[in-house]
Amino acid sequence: MQPVLLRAYTMTSCLGHGLAATRAALRAGQSRLAPCSFETVELDTWTGEIPALDDTKLPARLARYDCRNNRAAEAGLAQDGFSAAVADAARRYGANRVGVFMGTSTAGILQTELAYRRRQPSGELPVDFDYRHTHNTFSIAEYTRERLGLAGPCAAISTACSSSAKAFASAQRLMDAGVIDAAVVGGVDTLCLTTLYGFNSLQLLSPQPCRPYDADRDGISLGEAAVFFLLEKHDASGTPDGMALLGVGESCDAYHMSSPHPEGRGAHEAMRSALESAQLGPGDIDYVNLHGTGTPSNDAAEDHAVMSLLGGGVPVNSTKGMTGHALGAAGAVEALVAVLALEEQRIPASPGTRERDPKLRANYDIAGGPRELKRVMSNSFGFGGSNCSLVFGRLRDAA
Amino acid sequence: MKLAARIEGVGLHGPGLPGWSASRPILAGEVPYEPRTTVIPSPEVLPATERRRAGKCVKLSLAAGLEAAAAAGRSPRDLAAVFASSGGDGENVHAICEMLAGDDREISPTRFHNSVHNAPAGYWGIATGAAQPADSLAAFDASFAAGLLETLARLAQRPDQPVLLIAYEAPYPEPLAATRPMTDAFSMALLLSTTGDGPAITASLVNEPAQSMPGALGALRRGIPAARSLPLLALLASRQSGRVVLEYLDGLGLAVEVTA
Repeated sequence: MQPVLLRAYTMTSCLGHGLAATRAALRAGQSRLAPCSFETVELDTWTGEIPALDDTKLPARLARYDCRNNRAAEAGLAQDGFSAAVADAARRYGANRVGVFMGTSTAGILQTELAYRRRQPSGELPVDFDYRHTHNTFSIAEYTRERLGLAGPCAAISTACSSSAKAFASAQRLMDAGVIDAAVVGGVDTLCLTTLYGFNSLQLLSPQPCRPYDADRDGISLGEAAVFFLLEKHDASGTPDGMALLGVGESCDAYHMSSPHPEGRGAHEAMRSALESAQLGPGDIDYVNLHGTGTPSNDAAEDHAVMSLLGGGVPVNSTKGMTGHALGAAGAVEALVAVLALEEQRIPASPGTRERDPKLRANYDIAGGPRELKRVMSNSFGFGGSNCSLVFGRLRDAA
Repeated sequence: MKLAARIEGVGLHGPGLPGWSASRPILAGEVPYEPRTTVIPSPEVLPATERRRAGKCVKLSLAAGLEAAAAAGRSPRDLAAVFASSGGDGENVHAICEMLAGDDREISPTRFHNSVHNAPAGYWGIATGAAQPADSLAAFDASFAAGLLETLARLAQRPDQPVLLIAYEAPYPEPLAATRPMTDAFSMALLLSTTGDGPAITASLVNEPAQSMPGALGALRRGIPAARSLPLLALLASRQSGRVVLEYLDGLGLAVEVTA
């Protein structure tokens, strides 16, 4: 594929609002997970909540979209001059040549969960409930498009925990096909009862901050995030260098709805295919930000896949011990972590992981630290066996 | 910029439209359309455990996808896939939200994994063994056109990889139905490639309103997001060349030209 320029990016998560807070937290390498105090949830688990989200107000003209998920989007879009960068792209290319592809798993489902507590005696939902603009999967993509005044192609990509990684793939394909010149991609997923009680039902919630790759790992910590990237076609951008998406690979496990293939078959294929699309070899990757959820089976499967494709030399780790697992936004969170690793020439730490599981063989870097990084891979694997790997690097380091 | 493909196979499962071959004369106007409640299929290809667990959207999308693959004489295993749906499994969402509003919030693990928008894609992979990439996207009433655009872009990038587009929808139960009414269940599939000898299509974005349809088929088109595909299906059924504009986003339509 043609490399795609990352013109602008921003992230809002439990690490803070915007890039400065995110960079500082990544450098400090400390977990921002805390005992779950979300809503009325009574579960023995830790979560990564976005600070002060309830203070975020949507513009009056878009008030019908008001829900936790779209507030996260609003908070995220306000950071780092992102909206201005999009407006500039819309001026240069035309608003109808800028697409919007947003990954989410649950969008604003919390709004429906809350509405079900307020059903009228007849069983009807309260009259103020707006399904389309809050709960519906498309709501986050439509909100982003309207908020930014864009008029191009738009979709929500919803493949569970690979959603926002695959959003890059959708945007990149439409650029390659000449339908659009630029795109806003990213992921927004926020805490809700469905995912908290859902992962609890699968016995996948850790009672401690998650510990990816640790011998004593016992599940995930849920997080939430709003992450946005502005992608531009490299040849149209007129920019000689900059951070870029170099490769994308996707696959399906075709194995099980909620467990990964034990040997990481689909994960291997996604990574292989990402290298192929970047025209790179296994030796060209300097760091892999793993999906690394901290469940026994996920980390073991991913370890198989990494070892069989990349071997035990390349440093790998997971940053979910810092951010938690942001589900449909995780792909974009970790894409951004990968890009910041490249910017800072530094592998982030893996707090929560104390001792690497001796049964896992990849070169897991617990402490992180300065390192020469040219190309970084980010993995995202989801329910339904949906896998996506992305490769990032500077344009000048493209094959 | 125009995107191009050949249509190798079609699948259809809707109210009074039981399969593409049975429905083609109806959509071509050769036989009158008689609306009947959609019968939810039960595809044998799913292992028994999965068949018990699968919701209506899974069954509907499998049935349409398998029909299109069979019509093209292709193994489903070899196909990349794009799944497009406005909102997924509303019955499952309703059951989860009801439980979460009560005192006992212990939702079932099956309900939870069925709640993901890509559940049909996951079950499709398990049923067929297809390990090729699969997308699951949503664009409210624009979902079919968004799926077709994604499918054509996939094909443009990898012309040697046929792609199956599956659009599906099942109505929500009350009280959600009042906020998102849908008239019935509906699924359809198009198997697109660059090499087949089926009808050729080209697609482009246009600033034109979507084409409507008269009568009961028109009501069906408006009543279910996946049925926004009907103008294209009717043109294919007629075996004529022509042009349709499909509903997409505000101010944008997806124009499709068919060369029979």
